[in-house]
Amino acid sequence: MKPSTRRRLFRAVLYVIFLVAVAALVIVADWETIATNFLDLGVAAEQFPTIITTAAKNVVIYTFIAFVGGLILGLTLALMKLSPVAPYRWVATAYIETFRGLPALLVIFGFAYAVPIAFTEWNPPGGSTGAGLIALIVVSAAYIAETIRAGIEAVPKGQVEAARSLGMRPSWTMISVVLPQAFRIITPPMTNELVIIIKDTSLLFIAGMALGDRELTTFARDAVSQHANSTPLVMAALLYLVITLPLTRLVARLERHNQRSR
Amino acid sequence: MSEYINRKDVPAIAVQDLHKYFGKNEVLKGIDFHVNQGEVVCVVGPSGSGKSTLLRCVNRLEEPTSGTIVVEGVDITDREIDLDRVRTKIGIVFQQFNLFPHLNVLKNLTLAQQRAKKRSKTEAADIARKNLAKVGLAGREESFPNQLSGGQQQRVAIARALSMDPDMMLFDEPTSALDPELVGDVLDVMRTLANEGMTMMVVTHEMGFAREVGDRLVFMDGGVVVEQGKPKEILAAPQHERTQGFLSKVL
Ligand SMILES: Nc1ncnc2c1ncn2[C@@H]1O[C@H](COP(=O)(O)OP(=O)(O)O)[C@@H](O)[C@H]1O
Ligand SMILES: [Mg+2]
Repeated sequence: MKPSTRRRLFRAVLYVIFLVAVAALVIVADWETIATNFLDLGVAAEQFPTIITTAAKNVVIYTFIAFVGGLILGLTLALMKLSPVAPYRWVATAYIETFRGLPALLVIFGFAYAVPIAFTEWNPPGGSTGAGLIALIVVSAAYIAETIRAGIEAVPKGQVEAARSLGMRPSWTMISVVLPQAFRIITPPMTNELVIIIKDTSLLFIAGMALGDRELTTFARDAVSQHANSTPLVMAALLYLVITLPLTRLVARLERHNQRSR
Repeated sequence: MSEYINRKDVPAIAVQDLHKYFGKNEVLKGIDFHVNQGEVVCVVGPSGSGKSTLLRCVNRLEEPTSGTIVVEGVDITDREIDLDRVRTKIGIVFQQFNLFPHLNVLKNLTLAQQRAKKRSKTEAADIARKNLAKVGLAGREESFPNQLSGGQQQRVAIARALSMDPDMMLFDEPTSALDPELVGDVLDVMRTLANEGMTMMVVTHEMGFAREVGDRLVFMDGGVVVEQGKPKEILAAPQHERTQGFLSKVL
């Protein structure tokens, strides 16, 4: 058999396997059960508008708080890790290694329940949800710090030398020359961080939430048990995609734009 | 002495018994070197002989291991010195240009003026435009570095250094990264600067430039100054064996 014939035959076999698998699914699947359990329009209608005005809105708000907080704390940690002062480096390294090594769920639980028991004066804004958000900031900062540090180190040494030899102080060199270039370099991994934070807001349920504080996953869980029907889960899934997909698209655009001036 | 005073009666650069180690590797082995004010000194020598290290020590981009470096009468190895202030007096042009890629040409030229010299935005822009015109790039303010040829980028880098009103300019192989057809424009700018009386230290492999423009030629090899003198004389009749060997390869 000629190699080209063999290749074509192989591809034909792959198509056949695919079609058989799809056909089997269609035949075996119980479409009626699926439709009533996951796509019940009556149950779906009942979720509006709260699933948008409360649950989805809260996802966006929590993500914003955790990302901005994580960015500020992460930048501080990254600069500490690159500091000439050794104790700063130790503290930053210990922090980063600790919180990257712990499950986010455990940290949220700790901030919401363990810390209030230990420190009675600990009284974060937003109650237990607020405590959970602080935990999200603390965890995301560890990852963001490593990303920013890698970005700073990826800026060529000649850039710092040029700025310093023009008489610019280290702080101005960092702010005006190094960080703008570092943030361009790390746009893709930072998007990943953002998407991870969006998804991690679903872990906040462990903090225990007031009704108005619920985000999508908690809201959907409650609705599922209330209606004994999984449609709210499908809706939550779609809404997560509605939030994350434009974001990844937008960042892809920004990246192309940055490429031009790099 | 920690106050920086611009004196015209002393050498621009005076280096004495400069040693520099990278780890155990002694790269500069007791350099005595000076540049008088208004003088153009070309430094030549084989790759790895320590030319860049010497140049970079002059504004402490590299920390000297021992020895003294006196810039316009001020010992810059003094811990108390305001190094940033000294650096604004010393313009440096690098082989790889090192323009800021995220800023357009105008911002490349105004950034340090505003940050280090505390000039107003309009004053900085005026000075930037004047220097861009000087290097033959008037009208390119809005371009980004990656939209320019290597020769244009290097001329922007020269204009950027000039915008700080330096007393001297240090060039580290400014044309070595350029395509041959772009070398001439950069050398022309440097020649103009020299004719205007700028104090210059030029590490270069362009022997033609050294002969025409240089007031003095310094030949380095193995971390020491082997020979120095008038460029025409050295290039025509090198005294030292190592100089002869080097020149026979590059000429
Ligand atoms: N940052 C550095 N760390 C270690 N060694 C270095 C460093 N910079 C330069 N050197 C070494 O110092 C020697 C002289 O380098 P350099 O001054 O760049 O020479 P030149 O400019 O004459 O080619 C070389 O052997 C080089 O490998
Ligand atoms: Mg060199």
